[in-house]
Amino acid sequence: MTLDLGFAEKQQSREKTKLAVIDTDIHNFDVYDDPVFNQIISDYLAPEWREYHEMIGMRGHYGVGYPRAQPNAARTDAWPPSGRPPGTDLEFMREQLLDAFDMDFGILNPLAGAGGQVNHEYGAQLARAINDYQIAEWIELEPRLRASILVNYEDADLAADEIHRLGDHKGFVQIILVARTQEPLGRRKYWKMYEAALEYDLPVGIHFGGNAGHPLTAGGWPSYYIEDHAGMAQSFQAQVASLVCEGVFEHFPELRIVIIEGGFAWMPSLAWRLDQSWKRLKAETPYLKRAPSEYMRDHFWLSTQPMEEPRQHKHFQQLLEQMDNGSKLMFATDYPHWDFDSPDRALPATLPLEVRRNIMAENARQFYKLA
Amino acid sequence: MPPAANAPHQRPAGSANGHSPAKGIQTAAQPVNGRPRPAPTHPVIDSDIHNEVSSVDQLMPYLADYWQDYIRGSAFRSPHANDYPRGAPSSARPGSIPAEGGQAGSTLRLVREQALAPWNTEIGILNCSYRVQSIKQEDLAADLATAANRWQIDNWLEPEPRLRGSLVVPSQTPVRAAEEIHRFGNHPQFVQIVLPVRSYIPYGNRYYDPLYAAAVEQDLVVGINFGGASGHPPTPVGWPSTYLEEHAGMAQVFQSQVISIIAEGVFDRFPDLRIALIEGGFAWMPSLMWRLDKEWKGLRSNTPWVRRAPSDYIRDHMRLTVQPVGAPTDPRYILQTIDQLESDTILMFATDYPHWHYDDNDQAWPVTLPEPLNSNIWSENARSFYRLQGDLP
Repeated sequence: MTLDLGFAEKQQSREKTKLAVIDTDIHNFDVYDDPVFNQIISDYLAPEWREYHEMIGMRGHYGVGYPRAQPNAARTDAWPPSGRPPGTDLEFMREQLLDAFDMDFGILNPLAGAGGQVNHEYGAQLARAINDYQIAEWIELEPRLRASILVNYEDADLAADEIHRLGDHKGFVQIILVARTQEPLGRRKYWKMYEAALEYDLPVGIHFGGNAGHPLTAGGWPSYYIEDHAGMAQSFQAQVASLVCEGVFEHFPELRIVIIEGGFAWMPSLAWRLDQSWKRLKAETPYLKRAPSEYMRDHFWLSTQPMEEPRQHKHFQQLLEQMDNGSKLMFATDYPHWDFDSPDRALPATLPLEVRRNIMAENARQFYKLA
Repeated sequence: MPPAANAPHQRPAGSANGHSPAKGIQTAAQPVNGRPRPAPTHPVIDSDIHNEVSSVDQLMPYLADYWQDYIRGSAFRSPHANDYPRGAPSSARPGSIPAEGGQAGSTLRLVREQALAPWNTEIGILNCSYRVQSIKQEDLAADLATAANRWQIDNWLEPEPRLRGSLVVPSQTPVRAAEEIHRFGNHPQFVQIVLPVRSYIPYGNRYYDPLYAAAVEQDLVVGINFGGASGHPPTPVGWPSTYLEEHAGMAQVFQSQVISIIAEGVFDRFPDLRIALIEGGFAWMPSLMWRLDKEWKGLRSNTPWVRRAPSDYIRDHMRLTVQPVGAPTDPRYILQTIDQLESDTILMFATDYPHWHYDDNDQAWPVTLPEPLNSNIWSENARSFYRLQGDLP
């Protein structure tokens, strides 16, 4: 006698509804202290900067240690058999991520601390080296991958130079910065970078991370990694508010911003609060022609991970309703990091198929023009 | 004075902390746009009315000769945080600036007329924004706090029995703050200690333990209020150009403080501590709960003293005043947000007088909710949280 648990049927229905997957946040380089990362930098750094790199190396804003939960903040199973650090072995990434989830495309976001360098010239060289590494070892070898142009955003001239160097390369689909900048990103010192991005019709991605020397919260320095990690959402909110309130989108009406690894459930309440404050304070920002929420709706896209997880499904549905049915949300795993959101488990199965289809792949396919 | 003892109050039911999940919110069909209506007939407790010191001259009678000379000699005017810029419409609703001069919220007469009368308010809780926390000179900060508290007793609390006060304390020096709490903690009308949300060290840090220990000992709520100036930028990414960003961005500072207080174990060290989040809004709270609960699942080994989901601590130990509500594009979203809080005890009505958020008084709380949630928000949550029982002795 066989016990029919209905597996065959479930398998079949899963095949029928299997959705395309595009991962908008994959890391192929990390700034952590590892000889392989150091070797990659040396291999691609301009020869005249190699001595500096060996003698001084990276110098950012120190005195702030939040030991992470895992080495390299990586999944314990993401260490490739080759011995290279997580995320840097293309063959293993294919096996563990691109093939395993049958992904159509993946967007690479290298994290190298380029904008956090106190020596801006070196920061720009670092970005240039990592971008050349991405061309040689990633996008030329794997047609499913696209990359982000790493820039030293704290010096907009140097950032614009790098964008001009690579903007026409078809493998690059966005500019990448991090959330914790020296000044709020709406301020004019960053505008040349946006101007350059627009010349190539590239969106600007703001990714989790960074350290520019300011306390991690507006109330001072917290003590634990969980606060550093959960607190990033406040840095993202400050960046959205700044880009809107400084009039960046009046000046650059075509500019598109992607919030990457920031979560997204904070977006509606931020819009409501900004609209309410603006109603009273609009005389302070006469250059704003519309309510803050309207700029937010038109200019911001968000990757999903780390997705907020309400206890009740109806609350997630309300959240999506408040966000135009998720039309600006793009699925991301954050591979190879510990807080990976899995493509087959992240979104509640109760969402309408069309909404899941859009978030899992179609929004990103259209946004990044992936074909 | 309304007969508090005779009113048919419905006490919050549920756990020892008064928490039970919100029930019966219909997020689709409830009227949000209030029609003009007379003063509410149900009890009203206003958890956020500001009483402001207009000038340091008002505090002179409460200061030692040395400080009077020092203040005159140094031309010190006020501990300036400029968190409510003088001419900003958000700082003062129309008609709230006294004809005789001084800041909005600085006279008892206008507070009676404009904050207590329109809602027939039974009890109003004052939050004085005198920012002694922004003075780096510790001795001056501590003595100005004492002076401000004596000034509150003489000019606000004793003349008006409907009012309750919040102690101004030099929280940058928690030991001195504790002294201040013990100095006035027995006064029957002080129900809270008020801290500006912008601190130099996050409020979860053990640094503040003497302050919290004193608060618990005196059975006072710790209220964290909009504003302050610590010297740190008002955002984690530096100084924004506009007050608009600082004003709207204050919600993020509240979020960071909640994370700090939960993660650093304040409620594990002080299980009886109650914290009110005042003038920070509440629409951001569900998303913060979801994020924090998820972080805690992954990282709880990092902070092993946090033994329950962060959102459980929040619902048990924290309350939020309702203003500023925020301005969603669809008013139903406010009802969804209240539902997402999963608590019928967490919100407390507040006008945030004299700050200007809503145009008409009947929009101060623009939502009609099923009972007991409705009366909980209008009065009973604050009554229970601040332990406002019976008449003053």
